[in-house]
Amino acid sequence: MTVNDLAKIEGIETIFLADGNQEFSTAYTGDLLSDVMGNAEEESILITVQAHKNTIAVASLSSMPAIITCNGRDCPLDMIEAAKKENISLFTSAFSQFKVSCLVAKVLGC
Amino acid sequence: MQEIPINTYSSPTVILDLIYRLKVKDVMSTYIDTVTKETSLREIQKIMREKKITGVPVTQGKRIIGIVSMDDIIQALDKGYIEDPCLDHMSRNLIILEDNMPISFAISYFDRFSFHRFPVLNKEKELIGMITSRDITSRLLVEINREVENLEKQQNNNRPTDPDAIDGELHSYTIIRLDFENAGYASTQIKKKLKKAGVATPIIRRAAIASYELEMNIVVHSNGGELLANYTPEKLTIMAIDRGPGIKDLNKALTPGFSTANDWIRSLGFGAGMGLPNVKNVSDDFAIESGQKGTKVTCSINLAPKEITENDSK
Repeated sequence: MTVNDLAKIEGIETIFLADGNQEFSTAYTGDLLSDVMGNAEEESILITVQAHKNTIAVASLSSMPAIITCNGRDCPLDMIEAAKKENISLFTSAFSQFKVSCLVAKVLGC
Repeated sequence: MQEIPINTYSSPTVILDLIYRLKVKDVMSTYIDTVTKETSLREIQKIMREKKITGVPVTQGKRIIGIVSMDDIIQALDKGYIEDPCLDHMSRNLIILEDNMPISFAISYFDRFSFHRFPVLNKEKELIGMITSRDITSRLLVEINREVENLEKQQNNNRPTDPDAIDGELHSYTIIRLDFENAGYASTQIKKKLKKAGVATPIIRRAAIASYELEMNIVVHSNGGELLANYTPEKLTIMAIDRGPGIKDLNKALTPGFSTANDWIRSLGFGAGMGLPNVKNVSDDFAIESGQKGTKVTCSINLAPKEITENDSK
C-alpha cells in the first residue's frame, strides 16, 4: 500500500503529500511519542492526536513515511514546514484515532 | 633488424627515467664465449649450435678484433671455406657500446644498425660483455613492472579519505530547557551522519531512539545541557549532560511508566515514563549518574556487530 492510497480514504484529508509512492505495510496508533519511538515498526504510518512539530521529528527518526492527525486537530504551520523539510506526508481527519485506525486497517486488509 | 619499440625522447617520464638510469653494464651478459683469430669457422659454428647464440666475438687478449656472425658461417658453408681460421672472414666493422652508456644508446643502436648484438667495452677498451635486444627488453619489462607497482601504490596512498567515514569525531549539541522548537535536531544530525556512513538501518534506528529520548529528557526535565556524540568505527557513544536539577530516584526513573512530567508536557506526548527505559533498551552499554548539579547519561551502540543481534529488533 502506498501513501497515495491514504489520500483516497474518505474522511482523511491531505495536508502535505511528500512522496505518494512510498510504501507502508502497517500503522502505529499512539499519542505517547516515546511509546511510538520505542515500538513502532519501521515504515509504518503514525496515527496520533499529537499535532505539533515534535511528532515530525519522531516520525522522521523512526523512518515513518506519513502521519495522520486525528480528532480534527489543526496542524500548526511549523509542523507542516517541518513535514516538508523531512519529506513526511501529513494527513488530518475529524475522526478519532480508533476510527482512523479502522479505516486504515480496512484498506490494509488487516 | 632488432628494433626495440621504445621511443628514447618522448616516452612517458617513467620510461625515460628508466632508460637513462639503466646502464649498458646493468643489462649486458657477462658470460660470453670468445674465440681467437686462429679458431676455425667450423669450430665457431659448433659453439653457436651448442650455446644457441648467433654471434661470437674474436679476441686478442682482452681486446675484441672482430665478430663472427651466423651470416658469416652461412657464407663460409656456401663458398666452401668453413675449415678456414676465422681471421680472414670475420666482420671487422665493429660497432661497440661502452659499459657506462645508458641503455637509451643501446636502444637507438639496435634501431639504427642491423646487428643482433653489440660488444660492450670498458674504459680500457677491454671486452667485458655482449648485449642483445632480448637482454634489453626482458630487463625493461622487469623494471617497468616494478615502476607500475610503485605507481599503483602511490595512487592508493593518495586516494582521498572518505568524508563520510566515521573516524573518532566528537560532535556536541547544546540543548535548551523547554525548547520544543529545536528538539530533535541533535538526533536528526546523528541519524544523518550514521546513514551517510552506511551503518545498518536497525542500528541507526536504535541510535535515533536513544539520542532522541536523551535529547527530549534534557528539554523536558532539565535546566538545559548538552548532547555529545562520539563516533568511532566500532561504536557510537552518546553522552547527555545537563545542569540539574538531578533525578531524585534513579530506580524509579528507570521504571517504565514512571514520570514526573506535568500535564502540559504530557499533552505534547512526552512524559510517558518510557524515555530512560527506551534508551537503556536500545543501548549496548548504559550508565547514569545524577546529583543536584546535574545528570549524566552515557550510552553506546555498537555500529559493526559481528551479527545482527536480537537487540536490533527492539
